[in-house]
Amino acid sequence: MNLAAKDIRHNFGRFALTTVGIGLLLMIVMGMGGIYRGLIREATLLVDKIGADLWVVQGSTRGPFAEVSRVSANLEDRARAVPGVAGARRFVSHTIQREHRGRPLRIVVQGLSWPEDRGGWIPLVAGRPLQQAHFEMIADRSLNLPLGERLQLGKDVYEVVGLASGMVGSGGDGLCFFSVSDAEAIQFDVPGEAVRLERQSRRARAAARDIGQVQPLLLERAAGPASDLPALAPPQVSAVMVALQPGADPAQVAATLATWPDITVYSTPQQVDLLLAGMVDKARRQLGLFRVLLIIISTIIMALIIYTLTLDKIHDIAMLKLMGARNGVIVGLILQQALLIGALGYGLAYWLGTFAFPRFPRLVVIETTDLVSLAAIVLGISVLSSLLGIWKAMRVEPNKVLS
Amino acid sequence: MNTPSPAAPALEASHLTKVYGSGNTEVVAMKDVSLTVARGEVVALLGPSGAGKSTLLTAIGLINPPTSGRIAIGGQAVMDADRALVDLRAFRRQHLGFVFQKANLIPFLNAVENVQVAMEINDVSPPAARSRALELLDYLGVAGRSHNLPDALSGGQQQRVAVARALANQPSLILADEPTAALDSQRGRQVMELFRKVAHERGAAVIVVTHDHRALDIFDRTYEMEDGQLKTN
Ligand SMILES: Nc1ncnc2c1ncn2[C@@H]1O[C@H](COP(=O)(O)OP(=O)(O)OP(=O)(O)O)[C@@H](O)[C@H]1O
Ligand SMILES: [Mg+2]
Repeated sequence: MNLAAKDIRHNFGRFALTTVGIGLLLMIVMGMGGIYRGLIREATLLVDKIGADLWVVQGSTRGPFAEVSRVSANLEDRARAVPGVAGARRFVSHTIQREHRGRPLRIVVQGLSWPEDRGGWIPLVAGRPLQQAHFEMIADRSLNLPLGERLQLGKDVYEVVGLASGMVGSGGDGLCFFSVSDAEAIQFDVPGEAVRLERQSRRARAAARDIGQVQPLLLERAAGPASDLPALAPPQVSAVMVALQPGADPAQVAATLATWPDITVYSTPQQVDLLLAGMVDKARRQLGLFRVLLIIISTIIMALIIYTLTLDKIHDIAMLKLMGARNGVIVGLILQQALLIGALGYGLAYWLGTFAFPRFPRLVVIETTDLVSLAAIVLGISVLSSLLGIWKAMRVEPNKVLS
Repeated sequence: MNTPSPAAPALEASHLTKVYGSGNTEVVAMKDVSLTVARGEVVALLGPSGAGKSTLLTAIGLINPPTSGRIAIGGQAVMDADRALVDLRAFRRQHLGFVFQKANLIPFLNAVENVQVAMEINDVSPPAARSRALELLDYLGVAGRSHNLPDALSGGQQQRVAVARALANQPSLILADEPTAALDSQRGRQVMELFRKVAHERGAAVIVVTHDHRALDIFDRTYEMEDGQLKTN
């Protein structure tokens, strides 16, 4: 005869409620772990999917994700000349927040190195990759922009030609892919008045120099478009991604690139490490601490419940002792209930999670290893929480029956 | 250590003393009590409230160790003052049966399970325990209620289930502390007669603490306790 089962049957309502409560707590613990995994996956998604072997970024920075990096766009051509390099692409990425149809829209503007990269590698659920150099975009599904939607960004209007799934930036915001020049146009867009003011101040600076006095034509140039000024810096990109020829040694190519003093080079795994060590680390510790707290809270709540369940039975436990029951019978009665609450709570947490987690605004990834370790933790807290009750039960004297 | 022998008396308690508390609050509940009960004998223990009857019974029942004195059950020495000479819990489940004023049934077990559990903790296999439990309930006239939880039983029915539980492991010594106090006199007498039947049919010794003087004719012997001391009537 299983005493634990009989007692549960007798106190079913309370037992069920306790299990639901523990289940919900465990679901949060499980969700916390899933949010953490999701954070990592989202943070490293672009690096993983974009298919670069090496990342060339501004000298002594840890860009382009962990911090700002600026390199000149022609670095692309310099990189192509290195032996072992199959191709190089410009990397342009920045986040914008605009108002669209009355709601805020956060977009990670991602440049594709047109014409080599038209976004063929992006997992599309509808539409097509880019087909022209300008005014087309591929939007992530999470942005809720339908195919054919037109969006004014900067001075131009862009049309959604493709829909991607699961493409989000490290902040969880949906990605939009443009050609690099469009992405830069969006990034560096300034109002006409600002352009006029800048030209005016250039003209004023030139006029204040003696060369402006001797060469009046220069003043006219200064007031014209920036592209007509030979002395201005070339357009800048965040980084250059390098793809290697099959069989090329990444370490060797990286070593060659690293001799250039104006840049720093990272392999893709290094880039992932930078992302995780820097950006995700605090969030991870935050979630980790929160999980630990929740586990402690679950243990305390469960211990209290098991303790009160034991107190309710203390007279019966004294009677069992009086009849000569071994300690194993009494420990079994308490421990089995704790384990059952733990196991059912865990099952409930998992089941509820399958409904709840996909509806979370950010990605929640439940991995098997996490499920296994949580199961071990639940086993631990079930045993731990029953200790208080067991301690109480072990102390009761059989002649307590008489009082 | 000697083992229970069939020839030895069911109980030999000698020079039992029990002192509760110490200093100002010291209470001598039992003073130099010696008692021998043979197998098959039914003994009544009378006395005013506070005389020490429960103290004596629980000392013999190995749940309230005496301050001094010795207890042997079935010829086996089990207590020397407050020192246990055997595994008391194992000894209780094998050789002793208890009935109290309250039935003290386990509320989440039905009648038959309450009897069954006493045997299962004594390593009787569940099917054997169950069939014997049903037999006992039948013997006690509550077979019809064997699947009811204690809550659904009357006080008398509960008490009969408690008696069945006390008999479950065929104890050599049954200890009953005011078992009929909660019953009407007719039911009370039935329970007392049952003890007599069990004692005579199965050779168990029974000690019953009672205030009911009308049922004294049932007992083989009657003891009176007063101020912690035992007197034969
Ligand atoms: N745990 C205890 N601590 C201190 N004193 C106790 C304790 N148990 C009993 N006593 C005292 O011991 C004496 C005998 O008590 P006991 O319960 O044995 O009497 P009793 O004869 O069973 O009385 P009743 O007929 O009322 O049940 C009483 O004076 C009681 O107050
Ligand atoms: Mg008493």
